[in-house]
Amino acid sequence: MGMKPSPYATKIPYEEKDNKVVGGRPDPKNRSDAIDKVTGRARYAADYNLPGQLIGKVLRSPHAHAVIKSIDTSEAEKLPGVKAVVTRDDFPDMEVEHAASGELMVNFRDVTRNMMAREKALYDGHPVAAVAALSESIAKEAMKLIKVDYEVLPHVIDVRDAMKDDAPLLHEDLFTKGAGIEPDPSKKSNIATRMESKLGDIEEGFEQADFIVEHESNTKAAHQGYIEPQASVANFTEGGTIEVYTGTQGHHVFRAQIAKLLKMDISNIKVVPAELGGGFGGKNNVYLEPLAAQLSRKANRPVKMVMTRDEVFRATGPTSGTNCKVKMGCTRDGRITAAQAELNYQAGAFPGSSLPLASITVFTRYDLENVLVVGHDVVCNRPKVAAYRAPGAPMIAFAVETAIDDLARQCGMDPIDFRLRNAAKQGTQTHFGPPLGQIGYIETLEAAKASPHMKEPLGPNQGRGIASGFWFTIGNDTSATINITEDGTASLIFGTVDVTGGMRSAFAMIVAEELGIPFEKVRTQVGDTSALGFNFMTAGSRGTAAGSMAVVKATRDAIHRACEIAARKWEVETDQVVWENGHARPASANVGDFEPMSLAQLCREATWFGGTIAGHAEINVAMGGPGFGTHLVDVEVDRQTGLVKVLRYSIFQDAGKAVYPAFIEGQFQGGAVQGIGMALNEEYIYSDKGTLENPGFLDYRVPVASDVPMIDTHIVEVPNPDHPYGVRGIGEVPIIPPLAAISNAIYDAAGVRLLDHPMSPPKVLKALDEAAPAEAAE
Amino acid sequence: MTKHHIRTTINGDETDVLVEPTQSLLDVLRDELHLTGTKEGCATGDCGACSVTIDGNLVCSCLVLGVEADGTEIETIEGMASGDELHPLQEKFIEHVALQCGICTPGLLIAAKHLLEENPDPTEEEVRYGLAGNLCRCTGYQKVVEAVLDAAQVMQK
Ligand code: FES
Ligand code: FES
Repeated sequence: MGMKPSPYATKIPYEEKDNKVVGGRPDPKNRSDAIDKVTGRARYAADYNLPGQLIGKVLRSPHAHAVIKSIDTSEAEKLPGVKAVVTRDDFPDMEVEHAASGELMVNFRDVTRNMMAREKALYDGHPVAAVAALSESIAKEAMKLIKVDYEVLPHVIDVRDAMKDDAPLLHEDLFTKGAGIEPDPSKKSNIATRMESKLGDIEEGFEQADFIVEHESNTKAAHQGYIEPQASVANFTEGGTIEVYTGTQGHHVFRAQIAKLLKMDISNIKVVPAELGGGFGGKNNVYLEPLAAQLSRKANRPVKMVMTRDEVFRATGPTSGTNCKVKMGCTRDGRITAAQAELNYQAGAFPGSSLPLASITVFTRYDLENVLVVGHDVVCNRPKVAAYRAPGAPMIAFAVETAIDDLARQCGMDPIDFRLRNAAKQGTQTHFGPPLGQIGYIETLEAAKASPHMKEPLGPNQGRGIASGFWFTIGNDTSATINITEDGTASLIFGTVDVTGGMRSAFAMIVAEELGIPFEKVRTQVGDTSALGFNFMTAGSRGTAAGSMAVVKATRDAIHRACEIAARKWEVETDQVVWENGHARPASANVGDFEPMSLAQLCREATWFGGTIAGHAEINVAMGGPGFGTHLVDVEVDRQTGLVKVLRYSIFQDAGKAVYPAFIEGQFQGGAVQGIGMALNEEYIYSDKGTLENPGFLDYRVPVASDVPMIDTHIVEVPNPDHPYGVRGIGEVPIIPPLAAISNAIYDAAGVRLLDHPMSPPKVLKALDEAAPAEAAE
Repeated sequence: MTKHHIRTTINGDETDVLVEPTQSLLDVLRDELHLTGTKEGCATGDCGACSVTIDGNLVCSCLVLGVEADGTEIETIEGMASGDELHPLQEKFIEHVALQCGICTPGLLIAAKHLLEENPDPTEEEVRYGLAGNLCRCTGYQKVVEAVLDAAQVMQK
């Protein structure tokens, strides 16, 4: 993952104290983004317009797999109103070079090929040319005039098919790498990587088992489904600089990628992150930005590009479809003795699925002695997968947490008690590396067990399911600057894109707490790339957790400045001044009898005593504070139609310490509903030609309000020991358990085990028919 | 493409605009009139982000042609607050944290306002079905539903 722990990474130990603002429910009207969002003022990428701008559109491959023999753009270029056309010839080829981009790694050789096809089109929707014109209608006309000569090749969509020896090959230069494998240059393959990690002795573990359960699950690709399609406006100037306004989860990372792809100096590029209309990992990758920039360079005018929903589905990252095999054994009294998994993950057209992350999460909730995890990263003719909230984890949890349920049943144990018997805790050795620190998994199970939900009676054809999930919290580069304004109010600029609207508020609360001023006296904003030092993306649940470390450091830096001003005025040393309740005070009576000074008073003195009060931080935050959650769901299975209705849903998750509880509830609910949608409905459906058959919200059906019940949330608080406020990442865990929890509930309701995703009515009906053919025939 | 002149009343203001015959009302609002509060999530009538009312009827503006708007009265999110006073639904959306990324919010607010005009005292189920044409990918809908139910109570007083 490119994130080896650095000894210089910043940790600040947890400070146990009574907070005045943090953890409370401040007036949300003072949320920096709230008014703009309810009045239509908030500016998302597609809302930006620059004077003289052109409209850009992308021509995409209609084929799943084809050699691009030639592209003739001459007719399109002649069309009045067309100002620029770009193809592969307008972008430099790239060497193999890896870089972190969100939770996944990217390879620039592939990034450039994904944004604009070079030798081959590798999926339906792969860009082959882009046009900039005076209007959208002219751009669309021009696309019809571009002649692309394709040689259509056989394609492969399914991960199991792509792994076969005789599968059509996507890349001529791909040979399986990885654990225990020397790349064999005589064997081209779609399997890019084989991973393996283990603990103990798996054979011995299975020998000790009284019961063994084996599950094979299959999941279809699902899309992040953000409501805002990708959009970018680029403005290339004659001076060789570009400004890009775009929807991104990481403007600094985008800036570096644009620079690389266009062979420019990073400092000549400014990326302004627009208000983001949802990302969930799907806006960690550049798609339109380099195209808009290059069109703008060629046309000498700003270029605006907005994807259609069809383009979003066909060409931006869904999550991996998967095939997972899990085998687990336990003793009669419910102790797991062995746990083995094989993860086969679609990467899409280029290597690099969420496999490395998924393989970390497989069994990481349980304290196990014997583990073997094997994984394959497999290319196939689909859009390159992108991160999607806990990338890769819901799918493997589907196989593992259902197996856990079946083991519990074989032992005659309650599924929560079975999990408690095996639950990971502080010191548990993981199969992938370090032992776990202070975590709150057991607490989530106990909260579930004690909840009123467990006592709700179930009717006929109703069942209850439980499942748990784990996700880590990444750290990485983080920057923040706080300026104390002349009247003693505070303006915070930070660099982690606020993907939820909650981060700006959470940071304002922390600044208010630190400075001892009211919440409404703090304004927060995300700074563009020219405002701050490099800042990693909002990914890996790091936004609030890592961002707030920089916020705390920057605020404490400003407090130090404020104390220095008081010290100069009082003619004492700075360390003789302390900051308390929004005032500089003498540290003790010995220092002298000085009237405490407020921030506003100090600001008035600042010019004379050295200059404006401000603070900043540029730190690499240490990774840490993993999150655990447990979900309970009640469903009703309609035996006539196969429809599964979610009746009741409860979430128990360790948030470390909640900064703004209402936002955390919203994250829990939103993540769970995405998981419910994935479990019951959402899937990519391909035709036998390899084209996507449901690239729209009508046929790719995400949950609507009437599909889901109220969702109870229980915030468990086991502080993260390496964060001053105990914060853990919370955004990703909630999407992990729903698939498995719903499968477990269906089993409880109807006695059938669904391991084929999505658990849509036809699949449920089929399972019911197979379980009781006689009954169904009646 | 020859443009057509249309005249509509938008949020109470009489407005003249030239539109292409194939342009949707959504594109006219956003691209010609720079009323970008109305959002595009799909352009196929499936997400509700583009919700506006035309002569009091709730529509997806992506499914209406700009030329069809001639002579009508349109209300968009930009007209929801009066002066600096927010509509109770706007207030309650903020109070209940019913918005995260906020891209669905204008559409949801317009749809919710229309819902409460038709049914001032809806049940939870009626709110859920009434807003089923508006996708929100962030919130899981709970806080949206709570906000609308709460606003209904306030508005009845
Ligand atoms: S944009 Fe009109 S319904 Fe989606
Ligand atoms: S708040 Fe993001 S889609 Fe609704």
